[in-house]
Amino acid sequence: MVGGKTLLEVKNLKQYFPIRGGILGRTINHVKAVDDISFEVHQGETVSIVGESGCGKSTAGRSILRLEKPNNGNIIFDGVDLAKLQERAMRKKRGDIQIIFQDPYASLNPRRTVYQTIKEAMDIQNVGSKADRRRDIIKILETVGLGEHQMNHYPHQFSGGQRQRIGIARALSVRPKLIICDEAVSALDVSIQAQVLNLLKKLQKEYQLTYVFISHDLGVVRHISDRIIVMYLGKIMEIADKKALFNHPGHPYTYALLSSIPSTNMLEKKERIILHGDVPSPINPPKGCPFHTRCPFAIERCMYDLPPLHEVSEGQQVACHLAEEGIVDFVSLSREQEFSLTENQE
Amino acid sequence: MADLKMKGNHVLEVEDLHTSFATDRGRVDAVNGITFAIDKGGTLGIVGESGSGKSVASLSILQLLEGTTAHIRKGQIRFMGQDLLTLSRAQMRKIRGNRIAMIFQEPMTSLNPTMTIGSQIAEPIIFHQGKNRRQAWNAAVEMLELVGMPEPRKRARQYPFELSGGMRQRVMIAIALACGPDVLICDEPTTALDVTIQAQILTLVKRLQREMGTSIIMITHDLGVIAETCDFVAVMYCGKIVEYTRAFNLFTDPKHPYSKGLLESIPSHEEDSDENLKTIEGTVPSPYELPPGCAFAPRCPYAKEICHETMPELDGEPEQKVRCHIYQTTSTESPTEGGTVASYIQISDMWKGEELW
Repeated sequence: MVGGKTLLEVKNLKQYFPIRGGILGRTINHVKAVDDISFEVHQGETVSIVGESGCGKSTAGRSILRLEKPNNGNIIFDGVDLAKLQERAMRKKRGDIQIIFQDPYASLNPRRTVYQTIKEAMDIQNVGSKADRRRDIIKILETVGLGEHQMNHYPHQFSGGQRQRIGIARALSVRPKLIICDEAVSALDVSIQAQVLNLLKKLQKEYQLTYVFISHDLGVVRHISDRIIVMYLGKIMEIADKKALFNHPGHPYTYALLSSIPSTNMLEKKERIILHGDVPSPINPPKGCPFHTRCPFAIERCMYDLPPLHEVSEGQQVACHLAEEGIVDFVSLSREQEFSLTENQE
Repeated sequence: MADLKMKGNHVLEVEDLHTSFATDRGRVDAVNGITFAIDKGGTLGIVGESGSGKSVASLSILQLLEGTTAHIRKGQIRFMGQDLLTLSRAQMRKIRGNRIAMIFQEPMTSLNPTMTIGSQIAEPIIFHQGKNRRQAWNAAVEMLELVGMPEPRKRARQYPFELSGGMRQRVMIAIALACGPDVLICDEPTTALDVTIQAQILTLVKRLQREMGTSIIMITHDLGVIAETCDFVAVMYCGKIVEYTRAFNLFTDPKHPYSKGLLESIPSHEEDSDENLKTIEGTVPSPYELPPGCAFAPRCPYAKEICHETMPELDGEPEQKVRCHIYQTTSTESPTEGGTVASYIQISDMWKGEELW
């Protein structure tokens, strides 16, 4: 494990969004975007949160930054509980926690030059001395692979990859300890994506950054992470070191997720689970294990009893009744249960 | 249209297609002389990054670019031997959605939000097959069942907003396949979907292709989708095909430096990658300022002098072609960048099966 000291501890975080309805616009129900999750992030490591749309991974990231006010739970960053801070104090704290958004087209102000965009962030957080600001900005731009000559350009004059570099420069400019990358490379073409991923890795080393990397792309996640959190319907299904997760996934959902990715390996075709049906609505999630409606291995107990996260091997925690006594070999289990894991299954 | 005949086993042949857009800053050649053919029941993948011209190529085949500034300047698109570009609008309407159909990326914006999904599937059946409403409705319900929609009778009366993304894409497929087309063009069919749903949709498309004998053109930026579904692949860069080969060959032994670079820059979920990913340096050139020679030369680690001067031809065997000077062994130019003469010889040897990098 990289680092050691716990930089961020999320405890029992809940983030519900009210649904209003009826003539009076009263709250009639909630979308349980994040439903009681707990995890830790250590200094200097990259923790990824993966899952499908609507699993709550982005909401979790936004809650850490207090872009949403959590309904419940603690977000302890560097010894301070962010969930309890006043808005003003929180704004100061955001100098330590920054975010890079998915869409480099939508997250930059089109009427501001690169210089103005970065300067604003530094002014608000009061980083460095005002006299050095120009010099500092040039240095940051060079760090992310842009040049001084581009300082007075507007966002529309840049390509998608370059805009994402501006987003990174803006986040970096306030000298944060933690950066939340919310699908930071998802909108980029692969050749540009690789450049930006390399840049993120380089910066992490240079500035001892800690990343919470939110992504749906497990290839990217395998490349960048030290540890991975798998979410489904607002809950954590598995937390594991990268090696463990990819070599012996402990949760059936993780296994299905991994086996759904189209593979470019033509020489070796793996057996796979193709999940039936859609993700249930987070307004009214299934009782028991949220995954039981799509899980090919579900037993009766899964329908009413929510399995807690428990350790199945070193550095690997799984929320699944089947994994109670350790890691399950899903390939042989499926053979025992006589349902085929072939590609033709639909 | 019983007079249409297949030439050899080719259902669709595209030859030297040029599609350009008129813009304020001049002409942009989005598709710049592409040639490919597709066999009955076969799947051709067209892969490339944003702006490579892959979507414009597919829209040109169906002539769906009317009303834009696009213009098919040159070329032939032969469907069963007949050039679609010589057809009148009325004749083209009889082909579109009937013999050649298309699935789009975004199932929410390409379905009509004010019509039930049943009527949207029935529409082409009424239009092309002359069936009455009741027959067409029943056929629509059958189609929904075929694409794996639970409770097809009930679902047929629902509107698109009542369905999930995956279910909407199933509806798109049902509409496209309603008339049993010979060719199905899939333009990023699973890009907007989650991986577990993508796996369902790709499996469905493959099953239906086997059952109906449809030929498929699969347009995507996702090389994994290509590997899972295609027989042949055309790799596009700046409006041109730079490599055309069997999918197996592309993934086991890519020839063009761009194909190779593309494959190496994808982080794999199946094996640990190196500390740094291999990248293709630089960015795609602006379509207004394409370099005079090979469009990839400015980013290519193997570029020689000639690469910056003349565009190489797409050359090689019928089933394996590459547009690269490295492989044109008749060339007498000595390399100036990317290595010594010795490494150049090694590179040309690779054409005979050696490893490039």
